[in-house]
Amino acid sequence: MTTALARPLDVERLRADFPILSTVLHGTAEKAGVPLVYLDNAATTQRPRQVIQSITDVYERQYANVHRGIHWLSDQSTDLFEEARGKVRSFIGATAPEEVIFTHGTTESINLVARSWGDANLRPGDEILLTEMEHHANVVPWYQAAARTGAIVRFLPITDDGRLALDQLDKFLTDKTRVFAFTAVSNVLGTINPVADLVAAAHRVGAVVLVDAAQSAPHQKVDVVALDVDFLAFSGHKMLGPTGVGVLYGRRALLEAMPPFLGGGSMISRVTTAGFEPAELPAKFEAGTPPIVPAIALGTAIDYLEAVGVNAIHAHELALTRKAHDVLSTIPGLKFLGPAPEHKSGIVSFKLDKVHAHDVAQLLDRQGVAVRAGHHCAMPLHKRLGINASSRASFYLYNTPAEVVTLGRALDEALRIFRRK
Amino acid sequence: MPLEDELYQDRILDHYEEPFHRGQCPGATHAHEDENPLCGDVVRVELSIDPDGKLRDAWFQGDGCCISQASASMLIEKMEGRKIDDVKSFSAEDMLELFGARLTPNRQKCCLLCWRVLQSALYSPLAAGGDMPGETSR
Repeated sequence: MTTALARPLDVERLRADFPILSTVLHGTAEKAGVPLVYLDNAATTQRPRQVIQSITDVYERQYANVHRGIHWLSDQSTDLFEEARGKVRSFIGATAPEEVIFTHGTTESINLVARSWGDANLRPGDEILLTEMEHHANVVPWYQAAARTGAIVRFLPITDDGRLALDQLDKFLTDKTRVFAFTAVSNVLGTINPVADLVAAAHRVGAVVLVDAAQSAPHQKVDVVALDVDFLAFSGHKMLGPTGVGVLYGRRALLEAMPPFLGGGSMISRVTTAGFEPAELPAKFEAGTPPIVPAIALGTAIDYLEAVGVNAIHAHELALTRKAHDVLSTIPGLKFLGPAPEHKSGIVSFKLDKVHAHDVAQLLDRQGVAVRAGHHCAMPLHKRLGINASSRASFYLYNTPAEVVTLGRALDEALRIFRRK
Repeated sequence: MPLEDELYQDRILDHYEEPFHRGQCPGATHAHEDENPLCGDVVRVELSIDPDGKLRDAWFQGDGCCISQASASMLIEKMEGRKIDDVKSFSAEDMLELFGARLTPNRQKCCLLCWRVLQSALYSPLAAGGDMPGETSR
């Protein structure tokens, strides 16, 4: 490889930036508590004090509405907000800041495209191609678009080991396919999909591509120009930022041709008693007061991630995933979901024989270990896997190999309760 | 006693591992099935109700956590043989009391899944002729 090798993370130093990670839980007068082992990062990550501080700083010193006030505070706030847009642009390699739309999260970003692009471009009989490993946020908006337009939703199957069935791609991606919307990384299986290849294949049949990057943008370098994607969506709260802010990247030509999504203030250039004219990008898609402070704090989170190094974070997570496979494969009756570690990001889901995922989560919690249990907003995937629920451990830059060992020990302990005889 | 020790006590694990009347109800007259959309736990209840208003036979099937399945076993065992009016008046609060262990609000929903399905099953007669498992299954 020609890319520079990522330096290993100084995890102990990073952990000191995250106040919540020193939490001790379940302590009583008689018994010491257990330290928090936070392994639910695919659901949401924690924030470093730098991000928390930036929220306080803006509210205490530089907060007013953006793009409106002819006064000093509004200028301050607007500058910070637009500076954050610039940070996002450079983080994802977009050509222009106008291609970065602030939304309230991945879900809204995908709904924006399904509603605005979808309603304007989908016709009866057109096909929307998704995959069997999508999060509900990249399924339901397309069902809704299909119901409005008469388009048909199809699902690219997955293989038994949880990878996209690429040998069937030509069968599903045809000249009827108008849009191919897929996740870069499965939120359950952890599978890393070959985004650039999928984009190229979609473009060969003239389909537009939307990439759900909620589980990839926080963890590995994303370059929208190199990947040649048309739309890309992700959330702030899964990458050390606040809840309530997300991003939609869109290719400028597509965004310009699309009708507005939500109507209201900011998104217009003129309103009369006869109608309205939409504003230029990006305001056209940012109706109402945007999530000002969350967007600014997302900018701070990006500063933090870039200082640590996204490639180094990715390498660190891959090492934790390999470790988790080593540790958990010794547990009797445990079955991993998804492919071998070399095809995975920092997400390790599993199922235990005779013990339900919710009971696993509850018993792990007793030992301070936070994992997700359930269908993880991916019911079609769980149906395909023939299970109702699974348990998921997901890692980020502040997790340690010792925490993976704790997870293994906590699982052993949980199993002792269920395997009494 | 810590919450989890209370939750995973032998009495509850016994019901989970060796449930009462788990399976199909012979000659079922009523049935209902539902799930907890939060977690995907599923319970199906099949009942045989006498013309004189007695719950002659009650069975359940399901897939889910220890709480949803153990509570189903406890409830079915408790209700079988009772008058329908008594079953109807068995409240959610009664169910939580029958289960015994303290539960957080989220896991109360697990405990009440079978109770909810049983209450609906009382109003869900199968087609004439009775035994048609799967009739109301979605």
